[in-house]
Amino acid sequence: MSKKLHITCTINGNATEFLCEPRNSLLEALRDELKMTGAKEGCNNGNCGSCNVILDGRLVNSCLVMAAEVEGRSLTTIEGVANKESLHPIQKCFLEGAALQCGICTPGFIMATKALLEKNPHPTEHEARHFLAGNLCRCTGYDKIIRAVLESAECAGKK
Amino acid sequence: MKDITYAAPRTLAETTAILNDKGDRARILAGGTDVIVQVREGRRDIDALVDIKRVPEVNELSYDPAKGLVIGAAVPCCLIYENAAIAKAYPGIIDAVSLIGGIQIQSRASLGGNLCNASPAADGIPVLIALEGVCDIAGPKGIRSVPVEQFCTGPGKNQLQRGEILMRLRFPSKKAASGAAYLRFIPRNEMDIAVVGVGVAIQLNAAKAKCLAARIALAAVAPTPLLVADAGAALVGTTLDETAITKAANLAQAAAKPISDMRGDAEYRKHLVGVLVRRALAIAIERAKQ
Repeated sequence: MSKKLHITCTINGNATEFLCEPRNSLLEALRDELKMTGAKEGCNNGNCGSCNVILDGRLVNSCLVMAAEVEGRSLTTIEGVANKESLHPIQKCFLEGAALQCGICTPGFIMATKALLEKNPHPTEHEARHFLAGNLCRCTGYDKIIRAVLESAECAGKK
Repeated sequence: MKDITYAAPRTLAETTAILNDKGDRARILAGGTDVIVQVREGRRDIDALVDIKRVPEVNELSYDPAKGLVIGAAVPCCLIYENAAIAKAYPGIIDAVSLIGGIQIQSRASLGGNLCNASPAADGIPVLIALEGVCDIAGPKGIRSVPVEQFCTGPGKNQLQRGEILMRLRFPSKKAASGAAYLRFIPRNEMDIAVVGVGVAIQLNAAKAKCLAARIALAAVAPTPLLVADAGAALVGTTLDETAITKAANLAQAAAKPISDMRGDAEYRKHLVGVLVRRALAIAIERAKQ
């Protein structure tokens, strides 16, 4: 077995250290080593977006990032989206709009929505659907999800 | 994933030394969107991943109207389409980098990686060929250059020899009254592998009435992406009228030697070549006239 690597990075604003094997993906390190199980393993090959995290401001599939690559970098996971008192407006809109059934894809959709709204605070429906094309849901169909995304943009606009 | 080692060298010399030492037991990691899945699924048997993203040369992204465009081999798609100067001068490249995968893939995937992965259906490659791209390859003996159309040698196979790394892609400066475009056909709206892909680049004369130069390249119709030189040549000197465009489309179709698979049979793919060559040319002409 290859020697374990000691990785230092920032996760959700907190300086974090962990040990990983060189073969571990970021998703494996988050879930198995750091016990942050919010990011889900759906396809494990970059098609479904369930494992989405934001790495140095960019939306990525954490199954397609090696854990060792995050040395010195900063990431946001679904665990960092709500604050202690309340849910993030995106999470509220998903909840109120019933934009989920089984919930496996939801953390990924919320991270993708966060990345979308940071880049484009007022997306059209077409833009939202285009941006979320890398996230798959096998339960709801996408209409409720897209409505929740557009609603989130509206809520954020009112604040 | 099987047990591997991970190295993150900081210089080209260090990188080529590792690659020379390990040979085909090592594979370069840039965006990782192909290689990580291949290793995980046992489709590629290696002992080491060599992450090149700390090597400055592979991260270069620069455009100078006098010197041309340089795209480091590890530069992700998103940085290319977010660069306003590059987007303006090379909209054909933007066509390609904006439709490779979804946003998450574009955050990581690089044109250099798309080229090294050497898929016959690679979306990134045809327009690089059409735009006369050149690959700069660094190796133990120094740097050598190869035109993009010669880089892939078969499905999943490329020109790189032991110890070599694709360092960057270079393109000539944007010519006056020129335009390029990439189009692919997929049965979905997003996130699919091209049934056929077509990249074209043309240059018009000063009056924007005659074609001075044209290159047409195809994907997913041969073991490697294909430059169809005679299809481009058929347009040179013409007014890009219907007859000339039909001739170019027919020559492109004749050069296409597709296979039949679940994405489409050979006859269907040949038909698509004709349709896409016409449509891509229409876009490139429009851009050249702007």
